[in-house]
Amino acid sequence: MAETILQIENLHATVGGTAILRGIDLTIRRGEVHAIMGPNGSGKSTLCNVLAGRDGYTVTQGRVLYEGQDLLAMAPEERARAGVFLAFQYPVEIPGVGNTYFLRTALNALRKQRGEEPIDAMDFLALVKAKMKLVDLDPKFLNRAVNEGFSGGEKKRNEILQMAVLEPRLAILDETDSGLDIDALRVVADGVNALRNDQHAVLAITHYQRLLNYLVPDFVHVLARGRIVRSGDKQLAHELERTGYADIEGAAA
Amino acid sequence: MSELVDHLAAARQLDGAVPGYVRALRQRGAEQFGALGVPTTRHEDWKYTNLAPLARQAFQLAAPTASSAAAALVDAARLDGAIELVFVNGHLDADLSRLPELPGGVAVTSLADAMIRHTEVVAPLLGSGATLEHDGLAALNAAFVADGGFVHLADGVALDTPIHCLFLSLANGTPTVSHPRTLIAAGAGSRATVIEQHLGDGPYWTNAVTEIALGAGAALTHHKVQRESAAAFHRSAVCAAQAGDSRLDSHAVSLGARLARADIATRFDAPGAACSLDGLYLAGESQHVDHHTSIDHRQPRGTSRELYKGILAGRASGVFNGKVFVRPDAQQTDAQQMNQNLLLSDDAQIDTKPQLEIFADDVKCSHGATIGQLDEDAVFYLRARGIDAGAARHMLIVAFANELVQRIAVEPLRRQLDSALAERLPALVGASA
Repeated sequence: MAETILQIENLHATVGGTAILRGIDLTIRRGEVHAIMGPNGSGKSTLCNVLAGRDGYTVTQGRVLYEGQDLLAMAPEERARAGVFLAFQYPVEIPGVGNTYFLRTALNALRKQRGEEPIDAMDFLALVKAKMKLVDLDPKFLNRAVNEGFSGGEKKRNEILQMAVLEPRLAILDETDSGLDIDALRVVADGVNALRNDQHAVLAITHYQRLLNYLVPDFVHVLARGRIVRSGDKQLAHELERTGYADIEGAAA
Repeated sequence: MSELVDHLAAARQLDGAVPGYVRALRQRGAEQFGALGVPTTRHEDWKYTNLAPLARQAFQLAAPTASSAAAALVDAARLDGAIELVFVNGHLDADLSRLPELPGGVAVTSLADAMIRHTEVVAPLLGSGATLEHDGLAALNAAFVADGGFVHLADGVALDTPIHCLFLSLANGTPTVSHPRTLIAAGAGSRATVIEQHLGDGPYWTNAVTEIALGAGAALTHHKVQRESAAAFHRSAVCAAQAGDSRLDSHAVSLGARLARADIATRFDAPGAACSLDGLYLAGESQHVDHHTSIDHRQPRGTSRELYKGILAGRASGVFNGKVFVRPDAQQTDAQQMNQNLLLSDDAQIDTKPQLEIFADDVKCSHGATIGQLDEDAVFYLRARGIDAGAARHMLIVAFANELVQRIAVEPLRRQLDSALAERLPALVGASA
């Protein structure tokens, strides 16, 4: 069995004093793709944000080990440099910061962590242009400010571009499929699939089953009221598509 | 203030060397200053800028000093490829200046020289723009008027080489004051770029006035870069008068001084004039920075664009007051004004007052002001990509400033400002994180 990359044990978290995560256990091994599905308010985005280290979330119990280290003790940038990547549900527009400059700074922060020299500007451009083909993003976006004026689909593709350039060992997708048409969805899924290998792992959070037609998971978990209430293989996603979340929610109450 | 009044007598000693019209202006300035004095916070225009620390201090009139003492500071501020007039303690330093062969129809020299050699240009303009009646400090400048930059462009002359007027103040412990006066007269259809830069070392006060007259269809890009010493007081007043279809692009950058106040005013005297007023101010520690601007649309079809951005950290305080007047005759005016401020600490503050007064009915005008902190969602986004918190904040502040820095077309100046910001920001970010 492959080595464990992420181990979540009895994770409890609150937001503004309200308990959102109420005891999550999950083990992800290298090479695996896990999908977490669940209705609105089940704690999906909270889980993503806690894993990425966003302020405003208080972990009250449990722990998270990433490659054997205490993930929750690390600053957000330390997590990123250690190979954790969060594809945002709502990517932020950052006027005045160029996409190229931003992405190169990010890549160089990772390279520094690995003891590598900063990437040469020309090499970077070649790398990023190759990756842009993968996500079907026009090179003109390189000259724009980060996400500024991008459509919803362009923002999501920009997230996947960043992922492709930064090559994380654990990619967390926070409802990356939301708001995407079928073509964009396929592009996003292809981008993630291209990253799949026996060293990397993906945690895809989604409300709908349709992403999973293109990004086929090894495991599907159902999150309800802050707990994983069911786990299974990809068949579970199809089952949910038919039955909806009502039964699950009833059971979790 | 008695010391200042004493200096008026000292200034009189120079009178013998200057033409009668200059003596008359000095006389008028002295009288007006006597009546007005140093502004206090009881003046509406000085409500948020308290000059009491300045008024309490005794200043000696700055005297010329050896070029060698100034050379290092000047070299660091030079703009490659520019025509450079270097003033040390308010007086032209010919050795440090760089005056290449100029094309026909262009005069660039010191005001002291121009008052004698270009009387026909100087006499009608000197003192015509700066309103002595309401501005005690401009009146004081007039009382001491002696030197500064002089730029004259004949009709139709386009000068691509930027003109850099560098004002350096060196005070060795004893506070000094200088009153530079710069005159820019651009003939019809002419074009030029002028940079006025102020810097120095020690405790001193710069009390500068610049008068600009743009002929019909003339285009002037005017930069004012304030990088005074941390112990300095800085006051500058820029007064422009624009003829029909002329264009003024003003860029004001304020980085230094313990207390800095800049007044930039332009008026459209004929139809079709346009201006853009850009401003960027950065203040930390206990610095105080105040910009008062005025755009007076007096004639039809004028266009004005104004964007001032401030970054305030530590216990710094800022003031922005932007007046836009649209007079009854100024139909089809198009005026937009915006002031945006980034407060990096709980103790930093800004008093902002965009002020639009419209007396015409067929106009398109907008104004606004924002005060905010760094976008924490953006900080997190950058951190989530491996960029550490300090660098992320730095990146966002630079991005905020860059909108204005990138609009500066003089490349060596832009590079200088980039590095000045890069040098300054870590302390501000660190102190506020």
